[in-house]
Order: sequence, then structure tokens, then C-alpha cells
Amino acid sequence: MTPRDLAAPAAVTLALCVTPFVGLDGAMLNLLIFMMIIALAAQGWNILGGFGGLASFGHAAFFGTGAYATAILQTKAGLGAWPSLLLGVALGAAVGAFIGFLSFRSGLRGSYFALITLAFAEVLRIASNSAEITGGAAGILVRLDYGFWNMQFEDRRWFAVLAVICVGLSLALVRWMERARFGARLIAVRENEEAARALGVDVFRVKMGAITLSAGVTALAGCLYAQNFLFLDAQVAYGSWISIEALFAAIVGGLGTLFGPLIGAVVLLGVGEITKAVVGGVPGVDLVVFGVLLILTVAFAPGGLAGLAERLGFKRPGAKRIGLKGGRA
Amino acid sequence: MLLAEGLTKRFSGLTAVDNATLRAEQGAITGLIGPNGAGKTTLFAMASGFLKADAGRVSFAGEDVTATPPHMRAEAGMARTFQIVQPFAGLSVRENIAVGAFLRTPSRAEAMARADAVGRRLGLGPDLDRAAAGLTVAGRKRLELARALATEPRLLLLDEVLAGLNPSEIRDILPVIRAIRDEGVTILMIEHIMQAVMNLCETVYVLNQGRMIAEGPPAQVCEDPMVIEAYLGKGAAARMRADAGGAAHV
Repeated sequence: MTPRDLAAPAAVTLALCVTPFVGLDGAMLNLLIFMMIIALAAQGWNILGGFGGLASFGHAAFFGTGAYATAILQTKAGLGAWPSLLLGVALGAAVGAFIGFLSFRSGLRGSYFALITLAFAEVLRIASNSAEITGGAAGILVRLDYGFWNMQFEDRRWFAVLAVICVGLSLALVRWMERARFGARLIAVRENEEAARALGVDVFRVKMGAITLSAGVTALAGCLYAQNFLFLDAQVAYGSWISIEALFAAIVGGLGTLFGPLIGAVVLLGVGEITKAVVGGVPGVDLVVFGVLLILTVAFAPGGLAGLAERLGFKRPGAKRIGLKGGRA
Repeated sequence: MLLAEGLTKRFSGLTAVDNATLRAEQGAITGLIGPNGAGKTTLFAMASGFLKADAGRVSFAGEDVTATPPHMRAEAGMARTFQIVQPFAGLSVRENIAVGAFLRTPSRAEAMARADAVGRRLGLGPDLDRAAAGLTVAGRKRLELARALATEPRLLLLDEVLAGLNPSEIRDILPVIRAIRDEGVTILMIEHIMQAVMNLCETVYVLNQGRMIAEGPPAQVCEDPMVIEAYLGKGAAARMRADAGGAAHV
């Protein structure tokens, strides 16, 4: 990876870092933070589902683990917010490795893998709804206490910047992956496992790497979520809403592309917000719009918005060399 | 270089390969021929580790690799191509080859450079930036060969790389295969095109209904009555001899 490879992610991150300071009101700021959280979760999904071709319905398992770990370590173990966040990411990655180990050992792929991930997420949701350590159905509250070391900012713009920086890190990670041997092997496995194996690729190891990274990134989204809202319950942490939004954003934005998940998250949540503002009080109307967007994407732009932009002639710098044009339909 | 001893594979009642033994000598081109359904590809799959043998053992460069998974065999220097070509459709030709080259280097720049060199050598130069899915049949066969070659193998297992090519394409690729051998790569090839087998192979094994029925230099194997019968049916060898004898009398 050369410094030039990082130019585009760095530019996008800088631009997003400035956004909170251009006079956004509170609601817009919240929307921006939420967009970043979903973009992170979707980037995690993209690593496994987009680059690896292993679609998961259960990324909530990683999101929720990150979120709960951040909250519980602070409230019950008395750890600081920052170490809690790091441990949350590590624990999320560990849950990913565990699910991956079981699934890939038995050679699960396609819909079977998707269902297994869903099952794990649901088990975790039900367990955390009754376990004591997670506060059961009442949920868990992190005490409001402003301060940098508590990762709580009186001026919410700084939390937005933190979320943007996390997204920037995920962009750098995926860019590294695209340029590294690991990424080439992951795509090879997605395209044809047998052929990859014949070329000396340890398919199991590559998949394990992918699910661990993927889970770690999505867990980071969960950590930020917990720290942003300072409240968690089982439905929020392990509910299927996050699994679905992560995969929606990744697919609509462009599977197997660097900026796809970010674009997808911004567009989906942006359109959802506009719909809510226009239509008003009908609950769930934004979800209807999500569904329509997903159908339109799959039917007319299988490469997602990133792929569509490229087809219309807005070439991403270095796209030729990445060679992930549109990813997998 | 490669020694397969007594390999047997049964698919629920059907014995696809039955106690077959085969040796690919260091630095030589060895052929494996036989009628359709003889079990050649199954034998290949066992040699490269993609199928588990029910009995028998495989050793590579003096080491027992019977239980070694395919990717480890590739790392040890054994590369294979597939009869049904398996390109990474979403990647460019260069990236396809680079996946092979990545086996020997973690650096992207090096892998890409190596992919360039191997691709050009196999006549894929103009197609390097194209999507692999857009290649012709001949192009895909070359790509299979290029990818395998990019892993810098000591032994190359070629499963019908010439099938589906027209005579002029075959003429183009024969010298390439010979050149690979001349660089010290041992080659074991399944082939249907006899012209190529006669042309390239030092030794030929003949598989019929899962059994090894003949081995030797290609010219000698082609005269073997068992081999002629395997291809043309029972009694064909005797009839041919009779015909030849009759013609001599006239």
C-alpha cells in the first residue's frame, strides 16, 4: 500500500470531519452520527459479504457484542470508556471467529451460512434479554458523565468527529485489504473456491480472517452506538434491524467496493429521513423506502451506487487497479 | 517426482479408479490417456489432493503427501489446471494470474509483475487488463496454464489443456508446454489429442475403466492391442491385424 492509495479515503474522512462544524443543528448532527455508525457496521458486513461473498444475516451478533461489552465493562467492571471500546472490538471479533470456525469447518456456504449467523444473533438476543449481566429486559444504562476519558462530549460535534475517524480507519483498513495478498485471496475464494485452493490458498484461513475483521469492524459500530445513546437493550443490540441495515447499506452502496457502504449508509438514512419529514407520522414508512431502494438496486444497478457511478463515467481513482468493478451481483 | 501407488476411488459401488499406479519422472512429460469415463480426472484429483483416495498413496518429491490438503501441495510445488476452466470471473486476467503468483510473494507489486511476465509468455499480453470472463475458450485455457505456472511449480498437472482448441491454437501452445518442461518443470498431462501426446510425452499411461492397462513410450503404447481394444472395442486389434495382413497379400 502506497501513500497514494490512502489519498481518497483521507480526503473523504477530512471532508466528513469538517461537516459537523458547518452549522448543523442537533437533529442533523444526530443523523450524521447515526450515518457513520451504520456506515461502519455496513463496512464490516462488506468485508465478509462483499469481498468474501459470504452473506450474513446476523451481523447483529457482532454489533451487539461490541455494544454490550462497552456498556458492561464501564458500568460493572469500572473500566474506562476507551479500553472498554477496544475490548468490545476484540470481543466482537472473537465472536466472529467462533461463528466462523464452526461454520467454515463444516463447509457452510450461501444460505446455510446466512441462516447460521441469523441463528447465533437470535440466540444472543434472547439470552441477553434474560441474563442478569445485561440488565435483562430492562436494559443497561451508562451513567452520563461528560469528559474526554469517558468518551462523552458535551459538544456532540466531537462525538461526530470520533465516529468519522472510526469510519476513516475502516476505509484505510479496507483499502489495505484491497492492496494486500489477503484481499486478493479473499476475492479469489469468493469467485471460485476450488481454483483458489489449487493455487495454494488456504480457504479456511482466508475465511476466518475475513469474518474476524468483519466482526471487529461491525463491533466497533456497536461500541460507538452504546457510547452515543448510553442505553442498550437486547432488541437494540442484537435485534435484526442492524443486521438488515448493515447489509442494505452495503448492497445499495456497492458490494465489494471501498466507498460503497459509506455511500449506502448516507443515501439510505438520508432518504429515510426525507421520507419521514415528507410523509410524517406513518410509522415504518422509511423501511418501505429502504425496500424499494434495495429492489431497484438489485434490478438495475447490481454494482450498487458505487458501481453505477462508475458506469456513468465517474471513475474512482485507482478503480482499474483494484479490479473490483461492481463486485458480485 | 510424483509417484501414485495403488490409488483406488469408489463412488458408491462404482469403482472409478482401481489400484492405479503411475510415476511422473523428474523433468519429463508424462501423458495419461484413456477413453472417456476411464477415471483420468478422478486419478488427477487424487494426485492433487482434491479427492481423498480410498486406498493407495501419493508421494511427491520423495515425501508422502497422501493426507496433505491441496493448498499445501501447491505450496510444496504441485500445481494443477482444471479440465473445466475455473477463472475468477470478476477479476482481470492479470489479477487472476497474480493470485497464483501471491503464493511465492506477499508483495502486490511483485505478484503483478510476475503475472505480467507469465501472461505475456503465454500470449495473454493484449488481454491482461480484460475481465477474465470475457476471454475466448483458448484464452481461458491459457489463463489456467498461466495461473498454475505463476505458482512456480516443480510439477504441473495439466487436465486437457488442449481440449476445445483448434489445430492452429494447438500448434501455438505445444512449444510453450515443451519450453516449460525445458526449464525443469515436470509435467503430467491428461490429453485426448493424440497428435499432442505423440509429440510431447516421453512416457504414456493408459487408463481404461479405472485400471492402468498399459505404459511405455507413446509409439509402443499405440500398438498395444489392449489399448486399441479399449478405444475401438473388443476384437478391434485382431480385425485390424487381419485387415493389414489381407491387404499385404493383394
